[in-house]
Amino acid sequence: MEFPEGLRYTEEHEWVRVEDDVAIVGITDFAQSELGELVYVEVDTVGDTLEKNEVFGTVEAVKTTSDLFMPVSGEVLEFNPALDENEGDDPTLANNEPYGGGWIIKIKMSDPSEVESLMDAAAYGALVG
Amino acid sequence: MSGIETPTLKTTGLTAKHIDLGAKMAAFAGYNMPISYAGIKDEHHAVRNGVGVFDVSHMGEFIVRGKEAIDLVQLVTSNDASKLEIGDAQYSCLPNHKGGIVDDLLVYRLPENMCSEGEQAFMLVVNASNIEKDWDWISKHNTFEAKMINISDQTGLLAIQGPKAAEAIQSLTDINLSEMKYYTFQKGTFAGIENVLISATGYTGSGGFEIYIDNQHLATLWDAIFEAGKELDIQPIGLGARDTLRLEMGYCLYGNDINDTTSPIEAGLGWITKTKKDHFHSIDIFRKQRAEGIDRKLVAFTMKDRRVPRHDYEIVDADGNHIGMVTSGTSSPSLGIPIGLGYVKKELAKTGSSIWVRMGKKQLEAEIVKLPFYKGV
Repeated sequence: MEFPEGLRYTEEHEWVRVEDDVAIVGITDFAQSELGELVYVEVDTVGDTLEKNEVFGTVEAVKTTSDLFMPVSGEVLEFNPALDENEGDDPTLANNEPYGGGWIIKIKMSDPSEVESLMDAAAYGALVG
Repeated sequence: MSGIETPTLKTTGLTAKHIDLGAKMAAFAGYNMPISYAGIKDEHHAVRNGVGVFDVSHMGEFIVRGKEAIDLVQLVTSNDASKLEIGDAQYSCLPNHKGGIVDDLLVYRLPENMCSEGEQAFMLVVNASNIEKDWDWISKHNTFEAKMINISDQTGLLAIQGPKAAEAIQSLTDINLSEMKYYTFQKGTFAGIENVLISATGYTGSGGFEIYIDNQHLATLWDAIFEAGKELDIQPIGLGARDTLRLEMGYCLYGNDINDTTSPIEAGLGWITKTKKDHFHSIDIFRKQRAEGIDRKLVAFTMKDRRVPRHDYEIVDADGNHIGMVTSGTSSPSLGIPIGLGYVKKELAKTGSSIWVRMGKKQLEAEIVKLPFYKGV
Protein backbone atom coordinates (compact mmCIF):
# COMPACT_ATOMS: atom_id res chain seq x y z
CA MET A 1 0.00 0.00 0.00
CA GLU A 2 1.33 3.37 -1.05
CA PHE A 3 1.45 6.62 0.96
CA PRO A 4 3.41 9.13 -1.11
CA GLU A 5 5.89 11.46 0.56
CA GLY A 6 5.08 15.13 0.31
CA LEU A 7 1.36 14.64 0.98
CA ARG A 8 -0.31 15.27 4.32
CA TYR A 9 -2.78 12.80 5.80
CA THR A 10 -5.77 12.86 8.17
CA GLU A 11 -7.17 10.35 10.63
CA GLU A 12 -10.23 10.19 8.37
CA HIS A 13 -7.97 8.62 5.73
CA GLU A 14 -7.82 11.57 3.40
CA TRP A 15 -4.73 13.09 1.83
CA VAL A 16 -3.90 16.72 1.09
CA ARG A 17 -1.54 18.14 -1.49
CA VAL A 18 -0.74 21.82 -1.05
CA GLU A 19 -0.26 24.09 -4.07
CA ASP A 20 0.15 27.66 -2.81
CA ASP A 21 -3.03 28.41 -0.83
CA VAL A 22 -4.99 25.59 -2.48
CA ALA A 23 -5.33 22.14 -0.94
CA ILE A 24 -6.12 19.21 -3.23
CA VAL A 25 -7.91 16.48 -1.32
CA GLY A 26 -8.53 12.78 -1.94
CA ILE A 27 -8.94 9.51 -0.07
CA THR A 28 -5.94 7.33 0.69
CA ASP A 29 -5.09 3.96 -0.81
CA PHE A 30 -5.99 2.45 2.55
CA ALA A 31 -9.40 4.14 2.49
CA GLN A 32 -10.28 3.03 -1.02
CA SER A 33 -9.15 -0.50 -0.24
CA GLU A 34 -11.29 -0.66 2.91
CA LEU A 35 -14.31 0.81 1.13
CA GLY A 36 -14.08 -1.42 -1.94
CA GLU A 37 -15.25 -0.37 -5.36
CA LEU A 38 -16.87 3.05 -5.24
CA VAL A 39 -20.23 3.48 -6.97
CA TYR A 40 -20.85 7.17 -6.35
CA VAL A 41 -19.09 10.25 -5.06
CA GLU A 42 -21.30 13.14 -4.04
CA VAL A 43 -20.00 16.64 -3.41
CA ASP A 44 -22.63 19.35 -3.29
CA THR A 45 -20.67 21.91 -1.32
CA VAL A 46 -18.77 23.62 -4.14
CA GLY A 47 -18.75 27.34 -3.37
CA ASP A 48 -19.35 26.75 0.34
CA THR A 49 -16.87 27.84 2.97
CA LEU A 50 -16.54 25.10 5.57
CA GLU A 51 -14.61 24.60 8.77
CA LYS A 52 -12.01 21.89 9.25
CA ASN A 53 -13.74 18.52 10.03
CA GLU A 54 -17.08 19.55 8.52
CA VAL A 55 -18.61 17.12 6.02
CA PHE A 56 -18.07 18.19 2.40
CA GLY A 57 -19.34 15.09 0.62
CA THR A 58 -20.07 11.40 0.68
CA VAL A 59 -18.67 8.31 -0.98
CA GLU A 60 -20.83 5.28 -1.63
CA ALA A 61 -19.31 1.83 -2.00
CA VAL A 62 -21.37 -1.33 -2.51
CA LYS A 63 -21.26 -2.20 1.16
CA THR A 64 -20.82 1.10 2.97
CA THR A 65 -21.37 4.81 2.93
CA SER A 66 -18.66 7.12 4.22
CA ASP A 67 -18.72 10.86 4.79
CA LEU A 68 -15.87 13.03 3.56
CA PHE A 69 -14.46 15.61 5.97
CA MET A 70 -12.70 18.89 5.37
CA PRO A 71 -9.02 18.29 6.25
CA VAL A 72 -8.54 22.07 6.52
CA SER A 73 -10.89 25.07 6.62
CA GLY A 74 -11.69 26.99 3.47
CA GLU A 75 -13.85 27.37 0.40
CA VAL A 76 -14.62 24.30 -1.72
CA LEU A 77 -13.39 25.51 -5.10
CA GLU A 78 -13.93 22.52 -7.33
CA PHE A 79 -15.22 18.94 -7.42
CA ASN A 80 -13.18 16.65 -9.67
CA PRO A 81 -15.24 16.56 -12.88
CA ALA A 82 -13.96 13.06 -13.67
CA LEU A 83 -15.86 11.76 -10.61
CA ASP A 84 -18.91 14.02 -10.96
CA GLU A 85 -22.02 12.13 -12.08
CA ASN A 86 -22.89 15.01 -14.41
CA GLU A 87 -19.55 14.86 -16.18
CA GLY A 88 -17.00 12.00 -16.15
CA ASP A 89 -19.01 9.96 -13.65
CA ASP A 90 -16.22 7.49 -12.92
CA PRO A 91 -16.01 7.10 -9.14
CA THR A 92 -13.67 4.10 -9.52
CA LEU A 93 -10.91 6.58 -10.39
CA ALA A 94 -10.68 7.12 -6.64
CA ASN A 95 -9.98 3.38 -6.32
CA ASN A 96 -7.57 3.09 -9.19
CA GLU A 97 -5.68 6.37 -8.91
CA PRO A 98 -6.31 7.55 -5.35
CA TYR A 99 -3.47 10.11 -5.43
CA GLY A 100 -3.82 11.12 -9.08
CA GLY A 101 -6.89 11.21 -11.31
CA GLY A 102 -9.07 10.23 -8.36
CA TRP A 103 -8.61 13.47 -6.40
CA ILE A 104 -11.94 14.69 -5.00
CA ILE A 105 -11.95 18.43 -4.25
CA LYS A 106 -9.81 21.55 -4.23
CA ILE A 107 -10.04 23.90 -1.25
CA LYS A 108 -8.98 27.52 -1.07
CA MET A 109 -7.52 27.42 2.41
CA SER A 110 -8.52 30.12 4.87
CA ASP A 111 -5.65 29.21 7.21
CA PRO A 112 -2.81 27.37 5.43
CA SER A 113 -1.06 26.80 8.76
CA GLU A 114 -3.70 24.13 9.55
CA VAL A 115 -1.80 21.82 7.21
CA GLU A 116 1.02 21.67 9.76
CA SER A 117 -1.19 19.70 12.15
CA LEU A 118 -1.79 16.90 9.62
CA MET A 119 0.27 13.71 9.53
CA ASP A 120 3.15 13.12 7.18
CA ALA A 121 3.49 9.88 5.20
CA ALA A 122 5.49 8.10 7.90
CA ALA A 123 3.03 8.96 10.65
CA TYR A 124 0.05 7.94 8.53
CA GLY A 125 1.73 4.71 7.47
CA ALA A 126 2.25 3.91 11.14
CA LEU A 127 -1.42 4.67 11.87
CA VAL A 128 -2.82 2.24 9.33
CA GLY A 129 0.04 -0.23 9.38
CA MET B 1 -13.04 1.98 9.09
CA SER B 2 -10.85 -0.34 11.08
CA GLY B 3 -12.03 -3.93 11.52
CA ILE B 4 -12.50 -5.44 14.90
CA GLU B 5 -10.17 -8.35 15.46
CA THR B 6 -10.42 -10.76 18.28
CA PRO B 7 -8.18 -13.76 18.82
CA THR B 8 -11.14 -15.98 19.65
CA LEU B 9 -12.75 -16.05 16.19
CA LYS B 10 -13.77 -19.48 14.95
CA THR B 11 -12.41 -20.78 11.66
CA THR B 12 -14.16 -22.93 9.06
CA GLY B 13 -11.41 -25.26 7.95
CA LEU B 14 -10.99 -23.13 4.83
CA THR B 15 -9.93 -19.95 6.57
CA ALA B 16 -6.26 -20.39 5.64
CA LYS B 17 -7.24 -20.93 1.99
CA HIS B 18 -9.31 -17.74 1.96
CA ILE B 19 -6.39 -15.76 3.34
CA ASP B 20 -4.04 -17.36 0.78
CA LEU B 21 -6.45 -16.31 -1.96
CA GLY B 22 -6.09 -12.74 -0.74
CA ALA B 23 -9.60 -12.46 0.66
CA LYS B 24 -10.61 -9.48 2.73
CA MET B 25 -11.59 -11.16 5.99
CA ALA B 26 -13.88 -9.98 8.76
CA ALA B 27 -15.60 -11.25 11.86
CA PHE B 28 -19.09 -12.52 11.14
CA ALA B 29 -21.18 -14.36 13.71
CA GLY B 30 -18.03 -15.21 15.62
CA TYR B 31 -16.26 -16.64 12.58
CA ASN B 32 -13.38 -15.22 10.59
CA MET B 33 -15.08 -15.14 7.18
CA PRO B 34 -14.16 -13.96 3.67
CA ILE B 35 -16.02 -10.77 2.73
CA SER B 36 -14.60 -10.49 -0.77
CA TYR B 37 -11.81 -11.76 -3.00
CA ALA B 38 -11.74 -10.04 -6.41
CA GLY B 39 -14.23 -7.37 -5.35
CA ILE B 40 -17.94 -7.55 -4.57
CA LYS B 41 -19.09 -6.45 -8.03
CA ASP B 42 -16.90 -8.92 -9.94
CA GLU B 43 -17.92 -11.74 -7.63
CA HIS B 44 -21.57 -10.79 -7.98
CA HIS B 45 -21.39 -10.88 -11.78
CA ALA B 46 -19.50 -14.19 -11.66
CA VAL B 47 -22.47 -15.77 -9.88
CA ARG B 48 -25.11 -14.11 -12.07
CA ASN B 49 -23.38 -15.09 -15.32
CA GLY B 50 -21.14 -18.06 -14.49
CA VAL B 51 -20.47 -19.94 -11.30
CA GLY B 52 -19.05 -19.14 -7.88
CA VAL B 53 -18.36 -20.94 -4.62
CA PHE B 54 -19.19 -19.67 -1.14
CA ASP B 55 -17.81 -21.11 2.07
CA VAL B 56 -20.83 -20.89 4.34
CA SER B 57 -19.66 -23.44 6.86
CA HIS B 58 -20.52 -21.05 9.66
CA MET B 59 -24.21 -21.92 9.20
CA GLY B 60 -25.69 -24.15 11.91
CA GLU B 61 -27.15 -27.63 11.46
CA PHE B 62 -29.35 -29.54 13.89
CA ILE B 63 -30.61 -33.09 13.44
CA VAL B 64 -34.02 -33.83 14.92
CA ARG B 65 -35.07 -37.46 14.85
CA GLY B 66 -37.45 -39.86 16.51
CA LYS B 67 -41.05 -41.01 16.45
CA GLU B 68 -42.30 -37.50 17.23
CA ALA B 69 -39.64 -35.50 15.40
CA ILE B 70 -42.31 -34.25 13.02
CA ASP B 71 -44.38 -32.97 15.95
CA LEU B 72 -41.49 -30.88 17.28
CA VAL B 73 -40.69 -29.50 13.83
CA GLN B 74 -44.36 -28.67 13.23
CA LEU B 75 -44.63 -26.87 16.57
CA VAL B 76 -41.54 -24.66 16.14
CA THR B 77 -41.71 -23.89 12.40
CA SER B 78 -44.29 -21.86 10.49
CA ASN B 79 -44.24 -23.77 7.21
CA ASP B 80 -45.93 -27.17 6.90
CA ALA B 81 -43.22 -29.79 7.35
CA SER B 82 -45.81 -32.59 6.99
CA LYS B 83 -45.72 -31.84 3.25
CA LEU B 84 -42.06 -32.85 3.03
CA GLU B 85 -41.19 -36.15 1.35
CA ILE B 86 -37.81 -37.71 1.97
CA GLY B 87 -35.41 -35.70 -0.20
CA ASP B 88 -37.32 -32.43 0.08
CA ALA B 89 -36.12 -29.18 1.61
CA GLN B 90 -38.32 -26.31 2.76
CA TYR B 91 -37.75 -22.66 3.65
CA SER B 92 -39.39 -21.82 6.96
CA CYS B 93 -39.12 -19.72 10.08
CA LEU B 94 -39.17 -20.18 13.85
CA PRO B 95 -41.83 -17.86 15.26
CA ASN B 96 -41.53 -16.74 18.87
CA HIS B 97 -44.54 -16.37 21.19
CA LYS B 98 -45.08 -12.70 20.32
CA GLY B 99 -45.56 -12.99 16.59
CA GLY B 100 -41.89 -12.25 15.83
CA ILE B 101 -39.19 -14.44 14.32
CA VAL B 102 -36.48 -16.30 16.26
CA ASP B 103 -34.76 -17.23 12.99
CA ASP B 104 -35.38 -18.25 9.41
CA LEU B 105 -34.17 -21.69 8.37
CA LEU B 106 -34.22 -24.61 5.98
CA VAL B 107 -35.89 -27.87 6.97
CA TYR B 108 -34.66 -31.03 5.26
CA ARG B 109 -36.48 -34.34 5.56
CA LEU B 110 -33.67 -36.86 5.71
CA PRO B 111 -33.62 -40.49 4.57
CA GLU B 112 -34.65 -42.88 7.31
CA ASN B 113 -31.88 -45.45 6.90
CA MET B 114 -30.36 -44.38 10.21
CA CYS B 115 -33.71 -44.41 12.00
CA SER B 116 -35.58 -47.20 13.71
CA GLU B 117 -39.02 -48.30 12.58
CA GLY B 118 -41.57 -45.51 12.72
CA GLU B 119 -39.02 -42.72 13.18
CA GLN B 120 -38.40 -39.71 10.99
CA ALA B 121 -35.33 -37.48 10.75
CA PHE B 122 -34.96 -33.82 9.84
CA MET B 123 -32.06 -31.45 9.45
CA LEU B 124 -32.64 -27.82 10.39
CA VAL B 125 -30.19 -25.33 8.89
CA VAL B 126 -30.04 -22.08 10.83
CA ASN B 127 -28.17 -18.77 10.72
CA ALA B 128 -24.70 -18.79 12.25
CA SER B 129 -25.44 -15.85 14.52
CA ASN B 130 -28.46 -17.66 15.97
CA ILE B 131 -27.15 -21.19 16.55
CA GLU B 132 -27.21 -20.99 20.33
CA LYS B 133 -30.48 -19.07 20.49
CA ASP B 134 -32.23 -21.48 18.14
CA TRP B 135 -30.86 -24.54 19.91
CA ASP B 136 -32.11 -23.27 23.25
CA TRP B 137 -35.45 -22.27 21.78
CA ILE B 138 -36.15 -25.59 20.08
CA SER B 139 -34.77 -27.63 23.01
CA LYS B 140 -37.05 -25.77 25.38
CA HIS B 141 -40.06 -26.88 23.37
CA ASN B 142 -38.93 -30.44 22.90
CA THR B 143 -41.43 -32.29 25.07
CA PHE B 144 -41.68 -34.91 22.36
CA GLU B 145 -40.08 -38.24 21.67
CA ALA B 146 -37.45 -36.51 19.55
CA LYS B 147 -33.70 -36.44 19.88
CA MET B 148 -31.82 -33.28 18.92
CA ILE B 149 -28.18 -33.29 17.82
CA ASN B 150 -26.18 -30.16 17.11
CA ILE B 151 -23.79 -31.01 14.25
CA SER B 152 -22.87 -27.40 13.46
CA ASP B 153 -19.24 -27.60 14.53
CA GLN B 154 -18.43 -30.70 12.49
CA THR B 155 -20.43 -29.75 9.40
CA GLY B 156 -19.00 -27.80 6.48
CA LEU B 157 -21.17 -26.17 3.82
CA LEU B 158 -20.24 -24.92 0.37
CA ALA B 159 -22.70 -23.16 -1.92
CA ILE B 160 -21.96 -23.51 -5.63
CA GLN B 161 -24.16 -20.95 -7.31
CA GLY B 162 -24.80 -19.61 -10.77
CA PRO B 163 -26.20 -20.71 -14.15
CA LYS B 164 -23.11 -22.82 -14.82
CA ALA B 165 -23.10 -24.54 -11.40
CA ALA B 166 -24.35 -27.95 -12.56
CA GLU B 167 -21.96 -28.02 -15.51
CA ALA B 168 -19.03 -26.99 -13.32
CA ILE B 169 -19.33 -29.80 -10.80
CA GLN B 170 -21.17 -32.60 -12.64
CA SER B 171 -17.92 -34.48 -13.24
CA LEU B 172 -17.55 -34.97 -9.48
CA THR B 173 -20.66 -37.11 -8.97
CA ASP B 174 -22.94 -39.73 -10.54
CA ILE B 175 -25.99 -37.83 -9.31
CA ASN B 176 -27.60 -36.11 -12.30
CA LEU B 177 -27.40 -32.53 -11.07
CA SER B 178 -29.26 -30.82 -13.89
CA GLU B 179 -32.27 -33.06 -13.24
CA MET B 180 -32.49 -32.21 -9.56
CA LYS B 181 -35.57 -30.14 -8.77
CA TYR B 182 -35.27 -26.88 -6.84
CA TYR B 183 -35.49 -27.49 -3.09
CA THR B 184 -34.72 -31.20 -3.29
CA PHE B 185 -31.58 -33.01 -2.19
CA GLN B 186 -29.78 -36.31 -2.54
CA LYS B 187 -27.15 -38.10 -0.54
CA GLY B 188 -24.33 -39.70 -2.44
CA THR B 189 -20.67 -39.75 -3.33
CA PHE B 190 -19.16 -36.45 -4.41
CA ALA B 191 -15.52 -35.91 -5.35
CA GLY B 192 -14.85 -39.42 -4.04
CA ILE B 193 -16.24 -38.50 -0.62
CA GLU B 194 -19.11 -40.65 0.63
CA ASN B 195 -22.28 -39.61 2.40
CA VAL B 196 -22.36 -36.06 1.05
CA LEU B 197 -25.68 -34.19 1.05
CA ILE B 198 -26.21 -32.26 -2.18
CA SER B 199 -29.09 -29.86 -2.18
CA ALA B 200 -30.53 -27.87 -5.09
CA THR B 201 -30.90 -24.76 -2.95
CA GLY B 202 -29.18 -21.42 -2.41
CA TYR B 203 -29.79 -17.80 -1.51
CA THR B 204 -28.61 -16.03 -4.66
CA GLY B 205 -31.45 -16.34 -7.16
CA SER B 206 -29.09 -17.71 -9.80
CA GLY B 207 -29.60 -21.41 -9.10
CA GLY B 208 -27.05 -23.94 -7.99
CA PHE B 209 -26.31 -26.30 -5.17
CA GLU B 210 -25.37 -26.46 -1.53
CA ILE B 211 -23.16 -29.28 -0.31
CA TYR B 212 -23.10 -30.38 3.32
CA ILE B 213 -20.06 -32.35 4.28
CA ASP B 214 -18.12 -33.50 7.31
CA ASN B 215 -15.54 -30.81 8.12
CA GLN B 216 -12.60 -33.18 7.71
CA HIS B 217 -13.34 -33.37 3.96
CA LEU B 218 -14.06 -29.68 3.43
CA ALA B 219 -10.64 -28.70 2.02
CA THR B 220 -10.62 -31.73 -0.31
CA LEU B 221 -14.08 -30.78 -1.56
CA TRP B 222 -13.10 -27.13 -2.11
CA ASP B 223 -10.03 -28.12 -4.16
CA ALA B 224 -11.97 -30.69 -6.21
CA ILE B 225 -14.67 -28.15 -7.06
CA PHE B 226 -12.18 -25.51 -8.19
CA GLU B 227 -10.31 -28.08 -10.28
CA ALA B 228 -13.53 -29.35 -11.88
CA GLY B 229 -14.82 -25.86 -12.58
CA LYS B 230 -11.55 -24.42 -13.85
CA GLU B 231 -12.60 -24.30 -17.50
CA LEU B 232 -15.77 -22.43 -16.56
CA ASP B 233 -13.68 -19.92 -14.62
CA ILE B 234 -15.27 -20.83 -11.28
CA GLN B 235 -14.64 -18.08 -8.68
CA PRO B 236 -14.55 -17.87 -4.88
CA ILE B 237 -17.30 -15.57 -3.60
CA GLY B 238 -17.41 -13.76 -0.26
CA LEU B 239 -20.18 -12.71 2.06
CA GLY B 240 -20.27 -9.21 0.50
CA ALA B 241 -21.59 -10.55 -2.80
CA ARG B 242 -23.81 -13.02 -0.95
CA ASP B 243 -25.57 -9.97 0.46
CA THR B 244 -25.94 -8.11 -2.87
CA LEU B 245 -27.15 -11.30 -4.58
CA ARG B 246 -29.81 -12.07 -1.98
CA LEU B 247 -30.90 -8.46 -1.78
CA GLU B 248 -31.46 -8.21 -5.55
CA MET B 249 -33.90 -11.10 -5.11
CA GLY B 250 -35.54 -9.52 -2.07
CA TYR B 251 -34.60 -12.46 0.15
CA CYS B 252 -34.74 -11.52 3.82
CA LEU B 253 -31.62 -11.41 5.96
CA TYR B 254 -32.14 -12.22 9.61
CA GLY B 255 -31.06 -9.33 11.82
CA ASN B 256 -31.69 -6.86 9.00
CA ASP B 257 -35.11 -7.44 7.46
CA ILE B 258 -36.54 -9.86 9.98
CA ASN B 259 -35.98 -10.20 13.72
CA ASP B 260 -37.68 -10.96 17.02
CA THR B 261 -40.16 -8.12 16.50
CA THR B 262 -41.14 -8.56 12.84
CA SER B 263 -44.00 -10.80 11.78
CA PRO B 264 -43.50 -13.11 8.80
CA ILE B 265 -46.79 -11.74 7.43
CA GLU B 266 -45.34 -8.19 7.52
CA ALA B 267 -42.08 -9.43 5.97
CA GLY B 268 -43.76 -10.91 2.91
CA LEU B 269 -43.20 -14.41 4.26
CA GLY B 270 -46.89 -15.26 4.33
CA TRP B 271 -46.10 -18.07 1.90
CA ILE B 272 -44.16 -19.91 4.61
CA THR B 273 -46.71 -19.08 7.32
CA LYS B 274 -49.23 -21.91 7.05
CA THR B 275 -51.99 -20.74 9.34
CA LYS B 276 -54.11 -23.70 8.20
CA LYS B 277 -51.84 -25.96 10.24
CA ASP B 278 -53.34 -27.14 13.54
CA HIS B 279 -50.82 -25.33 15.66
CA PHE B 280 -47.43 -23.63 15.82
CA HIS B 281 -46.04 -20.78 17.90
CA SER B 282 -47.93 -17.52 17.43
CA ILE B 283 -50.41 -19.07 14.99
CA ASP B 284 -53.27 -17.09 16.55
CA ILE B 285 -51.42 -13.81 16.06
CA PHE B 286 -50.72 -14.64 12.42
CA ARG B 287 -54.33 -15.73 11.82
CA LYS B 288 -55.50 -12.43 13.24
CA GLN B 289 -53.02 -10.49 11.06
CA ARG B 290 -54.31 -12.38 8.04
CA ALA B 291 -57.93 -11.65 8.94
CA GLU B 292 -57.62 -8.06 10.10
CA GLY B 293 -54.59 -6.84 8.19
CA ILE B 294 -51.21 -5.57 9.32
CA ASP B 295 -49.94 -2.09 10.17
CA ARG B 296 -46.69 -2.19 8.25
CA LYS B 297 -45.21 -4.09 5.38
CA LEU B 298 -41.74 -4.85 4.06
CA VAL B 299 -41.41 -3.13 0.69
CA ALA B 300 -38.77 -3.06 -1.99
CA PHE B 301 -37.69 0.28 -3.42
CA THR B 302 -35.29 1.81 -5.89
CA MET B 303 -33.73 5.23 -5.32
CA LYS B 304 -34.22 7.99 -7.86
CA ASP B 305 -30.88 9.39 -6.70
CA ARG B 306 -27.46 7.76 -6.60
CA ARG B 307 -27.15 7.73 -2.83
CA VAL B 308 -27.39 4.26 -1.30
CA PRO B 309 -29.93 3.47 1.44
CA ARG B 310 -28.57 1.56 4.44
CA HIS B 311 -29.96 -0.41 7.36
CA ASP B 312 -31.66 1.86 9.92
CA TYR B 313 -32.04 4.93 7.70
CA GLU B 314 -35.42 6.55 8.27
CA ILE B 315 -38.21 6.42 5.68
CA VAL B 316 -40.47 9.49 5.53
CA ASP B 317 -43.37 10.79 3.45
CA ALA B 318 -43.24 13.84 1.18
CA ASP B 319 -43.70 16.11 4.19
CA GLY B 320 -40.92 14.49 6.20
CA ASN B 321 -43.18 12.50 8.53
CA HIS B 322 -41.80 9.21 9.80
CA ILE B 323 -43.40 6.24 8.01
CA GLY B 324 -40.82 3.49 8.44
CA MET B 325 -37.22 2.30 8.41
CA VAL B 326 -34.80 0.89 5.86
CA THR B 327 -33.77 -2.68 6.75
CA SER B 328 -31.32 -3.43 3.91
CA GLY B 329 -29.75 -1.43 1.13
CA THR B 330 -27.00 -1.65 -1.40
CA SER B 331 -25.89 -0.52 -4.81
CA SER B 332 -27.26 -3.26 -7.07
CA PRO B 333 -24.41 -4.59 -9.22
CA SER B 334 -26.86 -6.04 -11.77
CA LEU B 335 -29.06 -2.97 -12.10
CA GLY B 336 -26.46 -0.30 -11.43
CA ILE B 337 -28.78 1.62 -9.09
CA PRO B 338 -29.30 1.78 -5.34
CA ILE B 339 -31.95 -0.63 -4.02
CA GLY B 340 -33.41 -1.28 -0.61
CA LEU B 341 -35.90 -3.03 1.59
CA GLY B 342 -37.75 -1.43 4.45
CA TYR B 343 -40.89 -1.44 6.52
CA VAL B 344 -43.47 1.24 5.79
CA LYS B 345 -47.01 1.85 6.95
CA LYS B 346 -49.33 -0.51 5.09
CA GLU B 347 -51.47 2.22 3.53
CA LEU B 348 -48.35 3.81 1.98
CA ALA B 349 -46.87 0.54 0.74
CA LYS B 350 -48.40 0.39 -2.73
CA THR B 351 -46.21 -0.51 -5.69
CA GLY B 352 -45.42 2.56 -7.77
CA SER B 353 -45.82 5.07 -4.95
CA SER B 354 -43.06 7.33 -3.71
CA ILE B 355 -41.34 7.24 -0.34
CA TRP B 356 -38.36 9.26 0.84
CA VAL B 357 -35.22 8.08 2.60
CA ARG B 358 -33.53 10.41 5.04
CA MET B 359 -29.78 10.64 4.46
CA GLY B 360 -28.16 13.23 6.64
CA LYS B 361 -29.89 16.53 5.99
CA LYS B 362 -31.53 15.32 2.81
CA GLN B 363 -34.58 13.25 2.08
CA LEU B 364 -34.24 11.47 -1.22
CA GLU B 365 -37.07 10.05 -3.27
CA ALA B 366 -37.52 6.34 -3.88
CA GLU B 367 -40.16 4.33 -5.71
CA ILE B 368 -41.76 1.20 -4.28
CA VAL B 369 -41.29 -1.65 -6.73
CA LYS B 370 -42.19 -5.30 -7.10
CA LEU B 371 -39.69 -8.00 -6.21
CA PRO B 372 -37.36 -9.34 -7.38
CA PHE B 373 -35.19 -6.38 -8.34
CA TYR B 374 -33.18 -8.73 -10.53
CA LYS B 375 -35.39 -10.43 -13.07
CA GLY B 376 -32.81 -12.54 -14.88
CA VAL B 377 -31.05 -12.13 -18.16
